[in-house]
Parts: sequence; C-alpha cells; structure tokens
Amino acid sequence: MKVLLSWLREFAPIEGDPAELAVHLSDLGMAVEEMRVIDPLPGIVVARVVDLRPHPKADRIQLVDVDSGDGVPLQVCCGAFNMQVGDLIPFATVGTVMPNGMEIATRRMRGEDSNGMCCSAAEIGLGSDHDGILILPDGMDLGVSLMEQLGLAGDVLFDLEINPNRPDAMSVAGVARDLAARLGLPFAIPEPQVVDSGPEVAASCAVEIIDPDLCGRFVARVIRGVEVGVSPQWMQMRLALAGMRAINSVVDVSNYVMLELGAPNHTYDLALVPEGKLGVRRARGVERLTTLDDQEREVRAGDGLIVDGADRPVGIAGVMGGATTEISAETEAVLLEVAWWDRESIARTSQRLGLRSEASSRFERGTDWQLLDRAADRFCQLLNEITPGGVVVDRGRVDELGALPSPVTVPVRTSRMGHVLGRDFTSSEVHDLLTPIGFEVQPTADDDVQRVTIPSFRPDTETETDVAEEVARHYGYGRLGTSVPRSPDAGHLTPRQKLRRHLRQVLVGAGLYEAMPNPFLAPGDVERAGLDVEAPVRLLNPLAVEESVLRPSLLPGLLRAVGYNASHRNQGVRLFEIGAVFGAPPPGSVLPDERERLAVIVADCDAVEATSLWRTIAAGLGVVAELVNVDDAPGLHPTRAALVLVDGAEVGVVGEVDPGVLEAHGVSERCGWIDVDLDAVLAAARAAGDRAYRLVSTYPSSDIDLAFVVEDSTQASAIESTLVLAAADELVEIRLFDVYRGDRLGEGRRSLAFTLRLQAADHTMTDDEVGGIRQRCIDAVQAAHPAVLRS
Amino acid sequence: MTVYDEIADARSACLDAIAAAVDLDHLSTIESQLFGKKSALGGLKRLMGQVDAADRAAVGQALNEAQEAVRSAHEQAKAAYLGAARRAQLEEERLDLSESPGGEERGHLHLVTQATERLEDVFVGMGFTVSEGPQAETDWYNFEALNLPAAHPARSMFDTIYLDLGERTEIGDGEGGEATNVLLRTHTSPVQIRVMEAQEPPIYTVCPGRVFRRDTADASHMPVFHQIEGLVVDRGISFRDLAGTLDEFTSAYFGSAIRSRLRPSYFPFTEPSAEFDITCVICEGDGCQTCQRTGWIELGGCGMVHPNVLSNCGIDSEEWTGFAFGFGIDRLALMRHGIDDLRDMYTNDVRFLGQF
Repeated sequence: MKVLLSWLREFAPIEGDPAELAVHLSDLGMAVEEMRVIDPLPGIVVARVVDLRPHPKADRIQLVDVDSGDGVPLQVCCGAFNMQVGDLIPFATVGTVMPNGMEIATRRMRGEDSNGMCCSAAEIGLGSDHDGILILPDGMDLGVSLMEQLGLAGDVLFDLEINPNRPDAMSVAGVARDLAARLGLPFAIPEPQVVDSGPEVAASCAVEIIDPDLCGRFVARVIRGVEVGVSPQWMQMRLALAGMRAINSVVDVSNYVMLELGAPNHTYDLALVPEGKLGVRRARGVERLTTLDDQEREVRAGDGLIVDGADRPVGIAGVMGGATTEISAETEAVLLEVAWWDRESIARTSQRLGLRSEASSRFERGTDWQLLDRAADRFCQLLNEITPGGVVVDRGRVDELGALPSPVTVPVRTSRMGHVLGRDFTSSEVHDLLTPIGFEVQPTADDDVQRVTIPSFRPDTETETDVAEEVARHYGYGRLGTSVPRSPDAGHLTPRQKLRRHLRQVLVGAGLYEAMPNPFLAPGDVERAGLDVEAPVRLLNPLAVEESVLRPSLLPGLLRAVGYNASHRNQGVRLFEIGAVFGAPPPGSVLPDERERLAVIVADCDAVEATSLWRTIAAGLGVVAELVNVDDAPGLHPTRAALVLVDGAEVGVVGEVDPGVLEAHGVSERCGWIDVDLDAVLAAARAAGDRAYRLVSTYPSSDIDLAFVVEDSTQASAIESTLVLAAADELVEIRLFDVYRGDRLGEGRRSLAFTLRLQAADHTMTDDEVGGIRQRCIDAVQAAHPAVLRS
Repeated sequence: MTVYDEIADARSACLDAIAAAVDLDHLSTIESQLFGKKSALGGLKRLMGQVDAADRAAVGQALNEAQEAVRSAHEQAKAAYLGAARRAQLEEERLDLSESPGGEERGHLHLVTQATERLEDVFVGMGFTVSEGPQAETDWYNFEALNLPAAHPARSMFDTIYLDLGERTEIGDGEGGEATNVLLRTHTSPVQIRVMEAQEPPIYTVCPGRVFRRDTADASHMPVFHQIEGLVVDRGISFRDLAGTLDEFTSAYFGSAIRSRLRPSYFPFTEPSAEFDITCVICEGDGCQTCQRTGWIELGGCGMVHPNVLSNCGIDSEEWTGFAFGFGIDRLALMRHGIDDLRDMYTNDVRFLGQF
C-alpha cells in the first residue's frame, strides 16, 4: 500500500520528520518498505507546445517548439508524437538533473538543436507511463515548477507492507487513523457534501439481494450529467503514485475512493442496465459472462454474481465487473455500486479464477460495511467536483441489507492483558490506547473487566487476545521489556539425536562429504537407478514434471550428485546423505511411509572397499552387523552386494552400484554403495560414551591360526560367526588374514585362514585349555559347514 | 720397576690399544686383551697376594683406578663408534618431507547441518529440547490445528505442495474433507502440534527440519529448505518472555553486538504476532546495502501461541500460555559464509562442500 503524506494529512494534522514517521509506521506493524521524498525538480516547468515540425534528417524524432514562460520559442528534438500544438507538457530545462541522474544539456541531434527535454510521466517519477509525453491539464502556469503546481514538492511517499489482519490499513484513511493515534493527534474522515437534487433514486434503480449470506449490504446511487473525460492532474498523480493507472474520470474517481476509504466500488452505465435493476446471487452451476478485460469467464456454483433484471450475469461480485455495462465515452448516467461481500466467497472465487484485483484483495480481508454510504457520497462529491459544470445526483440511496456480521463486544480482563503481555496495564491505559483507533471501551461492574466493542473496520479482531495485540501495538512492542523464562528441565538432545550426531562425526572421520540432493525426482529416475518401486509417491501439484516424484530411495539423488561432480571433473567423490525416503502409506495410515536412511556413495571404489567402509562405520557406532551376499539387490551389482543384518533382521545393503545404472548416469567410475535404515542402525548402536567397560586382561594371550578349505559359495562371514560362537568368552580378537585359491585346492574352492587371539580374564591359559578351544572351533566349523581344516 | 710402574705401563698399553682400534668390531676383539684374566691388568690383579699387607690397599686402589680408566676409555670409544654408525644410518634415511603426497582428507558436514547443530546447541544451552516430526503431513497438522481452517485467506501465504496418494485429489478450495489432504509441510509448526499433543506443559523445545514450498528456485528461494521453530508453553509465559528469549538467543548465536527487536505482524497461529529483526550482521547497525540502510535485517516470525492452537492440542489456554518463533536455517548459513546464491548450497559439488 503506497500512501502520500499529503493525503494522510487530509485526515489528521501529521507533521514531523518523515524518517521518524516511517519508524512509527513500522513499529505499528505497517512496515515501510520504501520511503521516497518526492524530488521537487525545480528545473521541470510547465511549457506549451507552440509548433511541431518533422526533423529534416530523422523519422523517429520530431522538432517541437515550446514556450516555457518567456514567450520565446525553444526548439527541442523529441521522440514522442502524442502531443499537439497548444498542449501543456512537463519540460526539463537545460541544467536540470533528472531523477535518474541524467543532466539535461543543449545537444545537437542530427544537425538540429535540442534545448531541453519534453518528459513522460515515468521520467519525472509520476508513475510508470513511458508511452509519450505527459499532457497536463489546462490552466497551469507556464515556466513555473510542475511539482510546485501539483502540490507534490517535498511530499513523501511511503510504501507500506500491510498484514492480512489489517484491512483497515488498506486505505489512506486507515493508515492515518493508526498513525494519528500513535502521535496523539485528532483524526476524522470528513463528511462528504452531496447535493442530491436529481429525481428519486428508487425511480430508476432497484437492487435485490437474493443470497444474503453473500452480500451483507449493497448501496447504490445514480449520478447523471456525467461527462467521461480525463480526471484532473492532482487526482491522476495520486493514483499514479499509489500504483494505479489513470483510465477516465469515472474510473479514476472510483479508484480514488477505494484507495482513500478502503471501499472498493463499481460503476455501471445506467443506460446499459435494463430498468436499473440489479440482483445479487450465487451462481447456479456453471454460468458464463465476459468481464471488463474482455475475457470470457466461467463461474461455478457458489461464486457470487451480479445479475441484471433479466437474471443475466453482469459482473462477478467483488472480483470484476462485466463488459456489457462498462462505462464508455457515451455514458451519461452512472449507477454506482458500493457493497460489502462475504470474505471467504470472494477469496474462493478470485483464487479459483486467478483474478486478483485491488478490489478483491480488499474484500478478501474484509471491508467496513458501515462506511459504504459515506464512500458512495464521497464518489458523488468527487465526480461532481471534477466534472466541468458538475453532475446531478439522484435523491437518496438504494441501501439493501443482507446478512451482516453482528457487532462484536468482548469482555477484556486487564489482568489477563498484563499476563499475556508481561506488563501490568491499568484499565485507563487500556482505554486510552484503544479509543483513538475506534474501539469503544466501557467499564463493567467488575473492576478487572472492560467491555470492548470492535469497530466494523477491524473484522479480524474478535477475541480478548486480539484486543491485547492492539494494546501492545499501540503501546509499542519495544517498550514491553524483556525477561527470560527458564525451563524446569535441563536442555538436551535425545539419545537418538546424539547418536545421529555421533554417526555424522564417524562419517566425516571416514572422509565422507555430506550431500543434500533434491528429494524430488523426475518420472523414470527411479527405474533409471535400477530400483523396483511399484508406485512412488507423486506430487499433486509439482512445479515441474522433472520434480514430480517423491524419492523412494536416496540412490537416484546421490547418483545424480556423483554424475554432476564427474561432469565437473571431480573424481573419486565420497558422499553421504542422511535423509527421508517415502513410500505408499502403510495400511491404516494416512501419511506416506516415511523413513530416515543413511546412504553412502563412493566413486572409484569397489564392493570390498565399500564393505570395509561399512565396517568402519558400524564399529564407530558399536553396531554388530552381519553381511549376507545377495544377488538381486535393486540397483546394485548382482554379484557384488550383501545384505546388512543386525540381530538377524535386514537393515540395508552394501556393495557396488550396478554398472548399467552407473552408465545411465554418466558415471564411468565404479561406485561403492551403503544404504541402511537409520532407525534400525541407531537402535543397535552404542556410542563409545555409552559403553560399559570390558576388563582388559593382564594375563598372557595365545594366538591360534586355523585355515579351512571351503566352497566359493560358503561365505567367509559364516565361518567367522561359527568360530566366534565356538571360541566363546576367551576370544578377544578374530581376523581373516588370508584367502588362498590354488590348483591344489581344486576349482571353486578356497582356503580361509583366520587368526584367533585367546585370553582369559583371570588366569594364564594352559596349553590344554588353548588346545581344547582350538578343537572346539575345528569341530564346530566342520559340523556347521562343508569345510575341511587345511593341514 | 715398582708395581706402580707396572700398573702405569699396563694402563698405557691398554689405552694405546683402545686408541689404535679402528672400528667397533676391532674394539670388541680387543676386549679380552683389555679386561680378560690374561690381560695385563688382570695379571697384576692376580699378583696382589704377593704385595705387602701394608701396601695392599694403595696398590689395590692404583689397580682399580687403572682398570676404571681403561673401562671408561673403552666405553667412550665404543659410544663414539656407535654414535658415528647411528649418524651414518640416519643420514642414509634422509627424506625431503615436502615430497610427501596429500593424506587422507577428512569429510565435511553440509552447511545446513552445521548451522542446524549450532542452533540446536545454543537452544539446548538455553534449556530447550529438540523435537522432530514427519515431513509429509496432514492438512490438520500443517494448517487446521494451527488456526488456519480451509479457505482461510492466510493460507495463500503458504504455497503448498500436496501429495497424490491416489485417493483425494482435490486441492483445498474450501469444500469438504481437507483435513485428510496430505502435503509436504510448509513449516515445522506441525511438529509443535505433535509435541503439544504428546506432552504436558511445561514445554521448551525447538523443531528444526526440512520444509517445502511451491516456489521456483532462485538466488534466495528453494522449494526445499530448512527452518527451526521454537515453542515454549508454561505457566505465566508472556510476550516479554518471548522478547527476552529471542534477545538472549540473538546474542548467543550472533555475538553480543547483535540485538533483536520485534515489530507487529500477522500469523494465524500467534496473537499477538511479531516480526523478529536483528541488528544487521554485516554493518552491525550502521546501515549498508544488505539491510537497505536500515541497520536491521528481518530474521523470522514469532508471537504468543494463539489460544485456539493451544485448545486444539488439548491445552487450557487460561492456565498455560506460550510463545513460538521460527526462522530459516539456510539463510543463516548464507549470511555466515557470504554465499550469494542459495542454489550453490544444493549442487553437491565437492568443491563447495569441501570448503567448510
């Protein structure tokens, strides 16, 4: 919302340093996004066009003679062709520094002198119009500063960010009310003066509210003798500075009243509304009409419509008027609509049609139904003032009521106010803070309770807490002071959060970089990663089809990250991610199956290295995991992958990414891969800080080496597990130290050599003891596996 | 020739032999010649019995001194040869250490993780716990419970991504059953609701996590980003406590030169609501381009938990009051490291990740 200081001053005598005013506005919750003191531009004067001639050597510019007050024609070269002899225009004299920093100098353009510049509205900071020179209204003084004559010199434009709960501040008057209250100044909306000497309005206009829940109030007036023309410069300037384009005198007055009072309104050409009859109802099924922007629109059941006497739609209520009754140059009589609409209906319709206008954005937030008659009168007054010869206003108003919100009165406890805000207010402080912004505050029998009546322009304020916010806002948030509450408990991370942090440190220690790939995938990414997911969760309204699938695995994202790095000559990257993956909702659940996983991808790394890396990670977490070779892990190398088991339950996979998948991602290096369920892994984890001490024996240890010849299909880990169980308590370390294949062992067989260190906690083991354990180990392995001790 | 002369001669002969030794091996081959029973001094020792009892002590001492001198000379010579041998060996092992290849590189945590952990640590120090919840949420937890019923105009503040779970496909246009719509949370506030449902006050917790908006990626926006929200519900909690907590956090996290201020704002889930500004961390309040010369930068939103939100979670808003706040994590990381484009944080380029 852009407001001019001079406009605010029409409602309250606001004075003072603009920068200080800006601080107050921000502190009241109307954040000043930009404050601009309007450049007085003394070098830009009003001049008259006295002659127009083609440039002898150029087609795109013409020669203009202007009189800038001294009666001497000055020649200027100008690239615009919209002015005529006799027009008044803004003229930048030689030496003027324009708002964009350019200094006007005498120049020769293709052999012709140019002694200044004719200006567009945009060039002098009065709006956005770059097309053509700004044509000024008659009656301005030649050679005198334009800004001075427009009364804009030194004016200040505040661009305010208005919160959705402040519909009142969507108007100049509303901003003035708030600021005046803060500054302790009187505030009033002047009563518009209207002489309604025309015929009785009821004779030519009737309004029927068919659906009262849609329209709470509908005020109509009829204005005759209208000449649709150009509105005066001061009005055009204010509209332009507020960010609206001047259209014609009637539309400009309509917009001016909306900006000033926050009352959006609509004008109809009375002659195009049969019998002046309007109705208000919700659409019954799909209905069509052409709106002011010449678009054919389709409304659906429930949308608000304005219909004519024959029940034909002539406008979408509160959103956009229809083309059939539009004001034109021929319009003589105007039917003015100022209505109050149900907020949610307008919001729904404008959102669905993608039609958001200055009007609909105000109706959505809620307008002031009590102000409608005054807004209608203000329209009549202004149109009368700017129409040469005046207009004739029909006597009286049409004023139909539908379902209006009832006035809200809230009991407000002063004690509660202090409780919520942390400062004890007195009843009279509450009264004095609220009254200037239109709240009525009355005492009750209970000293602590006052009855606060909410003004109709504050529909978002409904409860005691809402009122507390108003008190705090006008008292000043910064003046409430500070205190720091203390939790009765010590702050802490949960054990799982601590373990996850520990895991990250282990991963970093293993030289891995943490990546955060996009969790949104393109259709086909899942298949390209070799994954077999029946129905990955899709986004209903993705921004782009390439980001329309919610990842069921961390693999596609990390593959893409490796591919991205490879394409930037970053080889051998080592990445990990801890993140959520999603699957279809499990039975009985509304939400998708969401799980946090850890995945590691290492380029230029084979399955053996990946497995070692996993062992490092597992050891760092104190997790005891088993690996079982697997041939069909999705996305993984079919002969180089293993399932990770914890306590017999599958928690993930480790191995190498399928070479075909790597090829599809433009990755030429082998990639090691680890992917485990974080919950399962962390549940089995014991960070070093949480482990109980295991006595370090001071007695001598004995090492035994055992080698077994086994088929290739027998996993080394299976032999190891058996040995661990057999050696039992005295085993302190076991290591696979050699794998041997050779002709002597035969095709498809290998020898696995383990070294076991045995040690008792409380005595030196005897040779017999060690021998007993050795035999137990041999017997157990040979019994459990097709394995033979290699002698 | 006195016995003393004999001792002196033997001693000289031994010392000469030591001096004549050419290396360590030679030195050890003459050891028996020096110290053995058949050595010159050894021979004299055996003659001690023939010395007069009166002279025996003096002769013994002379003999011992001589023997000690030889031993010491031998040891010195041996040490000198050992030292020279060690020096020669060490010289042979000489290396140019600058020739060594780079070692194993440590890994790196993502900037978002680093910022999140740093924030968590500050809040844990202030007595908060850390709460987490699902990223895919129901409309109830993300909106309705937060005092944002369907068709609330403020819903347009949140560009929401909905999930297609095969059944409901109607995006909330106000008619029927939105509460079962499933979406990607637009903030971590649903975690606050889950905490309040699960736990009796007092509650002092922060909720960091990944959030989603239907926003086109640009230098300062990503459709996927991270937030941390805080929630306090206790007896007697006031707006003043909110201001104090945020101020304490601000100086703990950004340094004592950085202050906070609150400005009125609007959020459906808080009342009163405020915008939470901090002193511009670039210019420390003097005014610069980053803060548009105001000396302040907007960090996030906050306010007193709306009584409707408390009662939606079964908490009596007369007995308990609370405040909540929230702000973006990604932007803090950008500010701390002087990164201009948010998208750079998500390329996963190791040349980016490896810097921090």
